[in-house]
Amino acid sequence: MATAFSPSKFAAQPFPLNTTSQNNPLTIPTTASPFLGSTRKLIRLSSSSNLNLRRRSGTVVKENKSQSTPNLLITKEEGLELYEDMVLGRAFEDKCAQMYYDRKMFGFVHLYNGQEAVSTGFIKLLKQQDFIVCTYRDHVQALSKGVSARAILSELLGKATGCCRGQGGSMHIFSREHNMLGGFAFIGEGIPIGTGAAFRSKYKRKVLKEADCDHVTLAFFGDGTCNNGQFYECLNMAALWKLPIVFVVENNLWAIGMSHLRATSVPPIHKKGPAFGMPGVHVDGMDVLKVREVAKEAIGRARRAEGPTLVECETYRFRGHSLADPDKLRDPAEKAHYAARDPITALKKCLIDNSLASEADLKAIDKKIDEVVEEAVEFAEESPVPPKSQLHENVFADPKGFGIGPDGRYRCEEPKFAEGTALD
Amino acid sequence: MAAMFQGVGAAAALSSLHSNSFDSKNFLFSPRRSFSVRKAPSFVVVRSDGTMNLDLNPEGRRAQQFIANAVATKEDISAASSSKPGHELLLFEALREGLEEEMERDPRVCVMGEDVGHYGGSYKVTKGLATKFGDLRVLDTPIAENSFTGMGIGAAMTGLRPVVEGMNMGFLLLAFNQISNNCGMLHYTSGGQFTIPIVIRGPGGVGRQLGAEHSQRLESYLLPIPGIQMVACSTPYNAKGLMKAAIRSENPVILFEHVLLYNLKERIPDEDYICNLEEAEMVRPGEHVTILTYSRMRYHVMQAAKTLVNKGYDPEVIDIRSLKPFDLYTIGNSVKKTHRVLIVEECMRTGGIGASLTAAITENFHDYLDAPIICLSSQDVPTPYAGTLEEWTVVQPAQIVAAVEQLCQ
Repeated sequence: MATAFSPSKFAAQPFPLNTTSQNNPLTIPTTASPFLGSTRKLIRLSSSSNLNLRRRSGTVVKENKSQSTPNLLITKEEGLELYEDMVLGRAFEDKCAQMYYDRKMFGFVHLYNGQEAVSTGFIKLLKQQDFIVCTYRDHVQALSKGVSARAILSELLGKATGCCRGQGGSMHIFSREHNMLGGFAFIGEGIPIGTGAAFRSKYKRKVLKEADCDHVTLAFFGDGTCNNGQFYECLNMAALWKLPIVFVVENNLWAIGMSHLRATSVPPIHKKGPAFGMPGVHVDGMDVLKVREVAKEAIGRARRAEGPTLVECETYRFRGHSLADPDKLRDPAEKAHYAARDPITALKKCLIDNSLASEADLKAIDKKIDEVVEEAVEFAEESPVPPKSQLHENVFADPKGFGIGPDGRYRCEEPKFAEGTALD
Repeated sequence: MAAMFQGVGAAAALSSLHSNSFDSKNFLFSPRRSFSVRKAPSFVVVRSDGTMNLDLNPEGRRAQQFIANAVATKEDISAASSSKPGHELLLFEALREGLEEEMERDPRVCVMGEDVGHYGGSYKVTKGLATKFGDLRVLDTPIAENSFTGMGIGAAMTGLRPVVEGMNMGFLLLAFNQISNNCGMLHYTSGGQFTIPIVIRGPGGVGRQLGAEHSQRLESYLLPIPGIQMVACSTPYNAKGLMKAAIRSENPVILFEHVLLYNLKERIPDEDYICNLEEAEMVRPGEHVTILTYSRMRYHVMQAAKTLVNKGYDPEVIDIRSLKPFDLYTIGNSVKKTHRVLIVEECMRTGGIGASLTAAITENFHDYLDAPIICLSSQDVPTPYAGTLEEWTVVQPAQIVAAVEQLCQ
């Protein structure tokens, strides 16, 4: 029975080079023995090696039945938290699509449907003071980190109440309060930012002597980014200085219309970790519990100042690259294959099968999330758009940077500055 | 011969306090008084006999001696007795002193760049700092400009105050992505949530036969980036002052140094001082023509000024120092007085600082001009290696003299 938690059967098959998904979707990505090989590498570094190996190659369900006492990976509370977070991500993204097609939202909107297990699996293990940094596909990570749905939705509608005052938009979600460092449109450029946040953690501990500063940074990015120079430069620096960062690759096999196999000479991304002196792990990114287990290990390593980890999550986006993408290149069979491994459906089944939650519990969460999203929409739609006076605010933290005008006053002192017209 | 300094003393300390308390959402401005230092710059004139005048009226002093050289020459130094206040050092030492003082003052200030640590910096600006502050605070990076500049920006966003060194400013072309997209933009796109108090500095400009790629002037490439400030130092005094001001600023500041100016010697004050990031520097007051310049060209201008004075001209020389934003007050006052403008820069002709400055002056002070603005820039060529060709690439004093004569016809 193929459940969402079946281990990858791909291990033995050779690498098909130069194929598109039109051929055989099941032989594609991340196949080959490195799957187990790299997992073993990580296990060597962990103390409870045998137990972990068992867990990763089996399913939660199977293990449960084979042992006399239940040895679940999560408690009921944790399970419901994970479920709620993934449903929130899915509902929010679906609402974005609806509003976009209703011509209420504009620009480039990149949705996360299908990849929720990666965001939830990792971010729900973080503290508020930990940092995350993403690419433009950042709504759901922001939600997982704690940014409110109404703040993000307002931002997507370009309202003044948005988390970035309407100045960032879909691809630039930031939150100082929740330590979400963005939101970057150019792939790869967020990774050095995350590396800087990790450097800061180490600096605080070593230089400023704040011994309890164990803040970890997670950098999320895709398979396309893994061919970019900044990725490699940061792998090097993070390993060199043992920075508390986890590089999370959301390998959804496609960079817009470019298949990962057509763009990459050595497709298994996790293999590149050991080349730079850090463990490289591959995990089934459609399975939130598996992701969470790997994340615990990787985040733990970082917190203990043991250095960075590269985690490759095999995942899939159910929608196109963005809402403007006709998504014609991907084989429907491939899409169907991954749709059957929907992380939310899988977790739901797991929770019910293991008597961690009832249908009613989960339906209640569904309903609650629907209300949260509806409320966010109402709030966003009723919020005001930014006034003209906001145009020049926030260009500089210190507005003296606009300089001294002909009359000797700083430009920002001129009365018209507050109206947004002084610099015309 | 009196050596003249721009000593701003207590007034500068006051304005620096206020600049640190700026909150982008809350425009609380300090009283007029703290900005008055701009309107009537006070000059501390130190005479060779060791006595000092605090001169609040630069106008009246024009009849007296003027600086023939921006840099104190050998005769000045030997004439100066040890009872003179301040201490003498070279420009790269002044930069280091400023950096060191700020690192002592604030433990969040750190340095990152290639060979800044154990090597002490390829121009010795960070010499000795790694020994004093440790390898993490003075970080030797691998050769990955885009990534370590981005790392500096990430560290700045999360609470540190990094100073990123480009071994040569030209290398920062590799960091253009991070400087333009992140350094300049993140404060805005985050709706003001994150500040980026980073300083990006390094030597640029045409040196002695360093070849085209090591002789670049990046100021024109970075000029249009919204959200950054750019300053260029030219003397040990303003090098230290600008370094300190840049580090204390909440804005991202790019500090342009010049490869050929690192060994300039000058006597600078012992006490703590900064140079205002947005202000230009009056080098030599005059009546006939306004010459605007920055960085190394300041010295070519001053050399030309000697010739011009002998020919009976009275040029006013302003070192604009702040490349972005322009100090339109100091510049404007000068234009209103002399009605003639000559810009002398090392930037390329096309799209350079001079081009932008010409536009700004024309827009704001057109009515005051008696003649079209002349802008002398470097030739639009990749800097040649041959010494003779290289010399013809940059503006030489003879050309400056000729341009002034043409302007004053």
